[in-house]
Amino acid sequence: MAFDLFLLEVVISGLMTGVMYALVALGFVLIFKASGIFNFAQGVLALFAALALYDFLSEDGWFFSLFGFTLPVWLAIPATAAIMIFLAWIIERSVLRFLVKQDQIILFMATIGLAFVLEGLGDLLFGSDVKPLNIGIPQGASDWALDTFNLYIEKLEIVAAATAAVLVIILAIFFQKTRIGRALRAVADDHQAALSVGVSLDKIWVIVWSVSGIVALVAGIMWGSKSGVQFSLSLIALKALPVLILGGFTSVPGAIVGGLIIGVGEKVAEVYLGPYVGGALENWFAYMLALAFLLFRPQGLFGERIIERV
Amino acid sequence: MFYRENGQFKSSYRADQAIFPIAQDRWFVIAVVLTAFLAVPPFIDQYWANAVILPFLVYALAGLGLNILTGYCGQVSLGTGGFMAVGAYASFKLVGLFPELNFLIVLLLSGFITAGVGMIFGLPSLRIKGFYLAVATLAAQFFLVWMFNKVGWFYDYSPTGMITVRPIEFFGVLVTGPEAGSAAKYLFTLSIVIVMALAAKNIVRGRIGRAWMAIRDMDIAAELIGIRPLMAKLTAFAVSSFYIGVAGALYFSIYLGAVEPVEAFDINRSFYVLFIIIIGGLGSVLGSFLGAAFIVLVPILLKNVMVGGMGMASGTAGHVEILLMGVLIIFFLIVEPHGLARLWQIAKEKLRLWPFPH
Amino acid sequence: MNDRTQDQILLEVDAISLSFGGVHALTDVSFDIRKGEVRSIIGPNGAGKSSMLNVINGFYHPQQGTITYQGQKRSQMKPHEAARGGIARTFQNIALFRGMSTLDNIMTGRNTQMSKGLFWQALRIGPALREEIENREFVEHVIDFLEIQAIRKTPVGKLPYGLQKRVELGRALAAEPTLLLLDEPMAGMNLEEKEDMSRFILETNEEFGTTIALIEHDMSVVMDISDRVVVLDYGRKIADGTPEEVRANQSVIDAYLGVSHD
Repeated sequence: MAFDLFLLEVVISGLMTGVMYALVALGFVLIFKASGIFNFAQGVLALFAALALYDFLSEDGWFFSLFGFTLPVWLAIPATAAIMIFLAWIIERSVLRFLVKQDQIILFMATIGLAFVLEGLGDLLFGSDVKPLNIGIPQGASDWALDTFNLYIEKLEIVAAATAAVLVIILAIFFQKTRIGRALRAVADDHQAALSVGVSLDKIWVIVWSVSGIVALVAGIMWGSKSGVQFSLSLIALKALPVLILGGFTSVPGAIVGGLIIGVGEKVAEVYLGPYVGGALENWFAYMLALAFLLFRPQGLFGERIIERV
Repeated sequence: MFYRENGQFKSSYRADQAIFPIAQDRWFVIAVVLTAFLAVPPFIDQYWANAVILPFLVYALAGLGLNILTGYCGQVSLGTGGFMAVGAYASFKLVGLFPELNFLIVLLLSGFITAGVGMIFGLPSLRIKGFYLAVATLAAQFFLVWMFNKVGWFYDYSPTGMITVRPIEFFGVLVTGPEAGSAAKYLFTLSIVIVMALAAKNIVRGRIGRAWMAIRDMDIAAELIGIRPLMAKLTAFAVSSFYIGVAGALYFSIYLGAVEPVEAFDINRSFYVLFIIIIGGLGSVLGSFLGAAFIVLVPILLKNVMVGGMGMASGTAGHVEILLMGVLIIFFLIVEPHGLARLWQIAKEKLRLWPFPH
Repeated sequence: MNDRTQDQILLEVDAISLSFGGVHALTDVSFDIRKGEVRSIIGPNGAGKSSMLNVINGFYHPQQGTITYQGQKRSQMKPHEAARGGIARTFQNIALFRGMSTLDNIMTGRNTQMSKGLFWQALRIGPALREEIENREFVEHVIDFLEIQAIRKTPVGKLPYGLQKRVELGRALAAEPTLLLLDEPMAGMNLEEKEDMSRFILETNEEFGTTIALIEHDMSVVMDISDRVVVLDYGRKIADGTPEEVRANQSVIDAYLGVSHD
């Protein structure tokens, strides 16, 4: 009985981490779906969002030194969202519009450059020390879970899972039902074709990167509340790759499922296999898992099968 | 006026296919090589060697390797750091196990070992392409670094986890270790890099290079005209890893002297080399050198300007450096995706017309 | 056009059916190609002509049917086997290697004829160099034949459409094919370019004896240069014979004029 419980806790802990991964992966999927760009800077965007949020909230931020007061949480979050939208606009104007017809690999490398820019900027503006992010999400273990199931689950993780679920639903509706959503799917398929039916590529990209930026903000809030706002947040971007491999690069539900599988897989491997090999399995397990997956199902669980034509 | 092909007619295919068909190019390169071999050693000092020239050579070699895989064959790889580690640790263990072995042989063997590892991690490339392949190479990257960190045999169970190079002689001259002279290190590394660059240039000009580029440009068509993707891709991984392995061995043995896997060979190293070939020019031997020069020199320049000239704190300067690197990469990708090598070509075109305006 | 009556069959496809998901690209198609002839495959858009070539080439694998090439019967072709067996082709949407020059592109066509390994390539003196020069000579013949000497060193991405098609033909010819598959080699060309292309195709057939399978929409070209014609519509064969026979065939006329099918 106790053994089962332990495994369950590990699995749940993995699921929770998985939700966090999924949140970041979601941002990737959005941008990839709508512009065919694999945005390596997604993790840094989450970091940047969290840094900006912290700045609005705390007394050692620029906002405070400029205006003399800090924003309450319910104002700070929209303010940060506005910053992310502004950032999306700048990115579109200064980078994306010049790279419209380039190869995917060039676009990918441009986003690596972008990641560096944002990282350097973030460090310069906000400093590279770890910042605690407290926006009022309940901390500590969930008493309800402890009492009812004798399981240790953090309240934060429950909130994160709920938020992710809500986000996925909103995004799914957005893509399937709205006019803009359809336009986004057109753009993802073929830039040129979308342009020729009058879809304004610039506007679309600003919208997508804004939405992605807001998703990044949510991810940043969750991760930041959990372990403080710090540079390692941006490394999560790399972890998102295996998530996307599993889930398929273009699937919103896939990002979630992929995230969960990776999260659980990692945790379980670390706990049960780790001791035999000296630990730190988490460094590479996700990638190996993704690799194994790729060999058998290159398009991921939910991705689209690519049929090549000559 | 001076840079003209007029009168330089080729009367054989052999002459037409030479590496430098234009006479002025030939003389220029010979001059550069002679200068490098004869004029530099008397003046080289430890600072220049360690800060600029040795890293330049080593990174040029690594860039060459990655260029073969990514620039010529189109297979994206983010595992360069990991493969450099393989070369470094291979050389470390080989010297430890066979101390009498000629150092050149050690380097070659390190290269071959890395080639083997590279081929294994390259097998997935038969089924997956593009980003997906990048993930496979990431798996290699993280796994290899973890392995060299955890498995004690690799670092002779040293408590710090670091490996330090033993002083090794090459035909009586010390080339590794703190006592080795800068000139010796420099000449040794230079010779290796030049020979390998020549070999690379030969390979990419021939049948195998063309097969690689065909796979890069349109792999389906390549397969349909009889090029075997399996052979071509694995060869690319093998040759590329060989070069990167030797670069890693040199990086450890001659340039740094002591390394610790996480810091020296992590994902940042992979990005570093990737940037070298993007900025230098994908699919260009010259580009690998230009990119390496750029990437090695610019941070030094920036640091001197910012910390020395503007009095910035070195931490801040580090952040600005990252920022500027990102800006430069984006700039290059937008303005000249084919990198410095293309700019060089354009300059030569202009030189043909000089001093006439058009 | 020639009136050789060799009955030696080079390629035979028998009851080939090919589908992708629910789409039936080819249904029960059978025909043969005789050695040395020019065989045209025609039909309205979407009839499955390119798919047929892809099956012969080994790019698509049919769900049913067999392919007999040079006497060997198979249920599917592997691209590599096809290439080494002497089948070369051009593509509807030009599949040249854009990063390389004309010369290099055509040299890749020689790939199956070249074999010197990595070590010699790296050294480039001796065997590899000799091989390179020999093959360069052959490729130069192809270049002369197609009259593209001036654009030898030009990166193919910079060439106009018509010249690209010619370079692609050159790459196929460089492989010294026994069977040459041409997928709409004259698409998008003006009259003069078409005449040039027809001339090259005919010369290849007459001088080198290369068997040619040709997909083409221009009826006058088809009638002029083909020995025999096979007509596809909605993935099925609806006619097979000499150009005159096919032209007079009622179902062919219906197919092109768009009479509704049941």
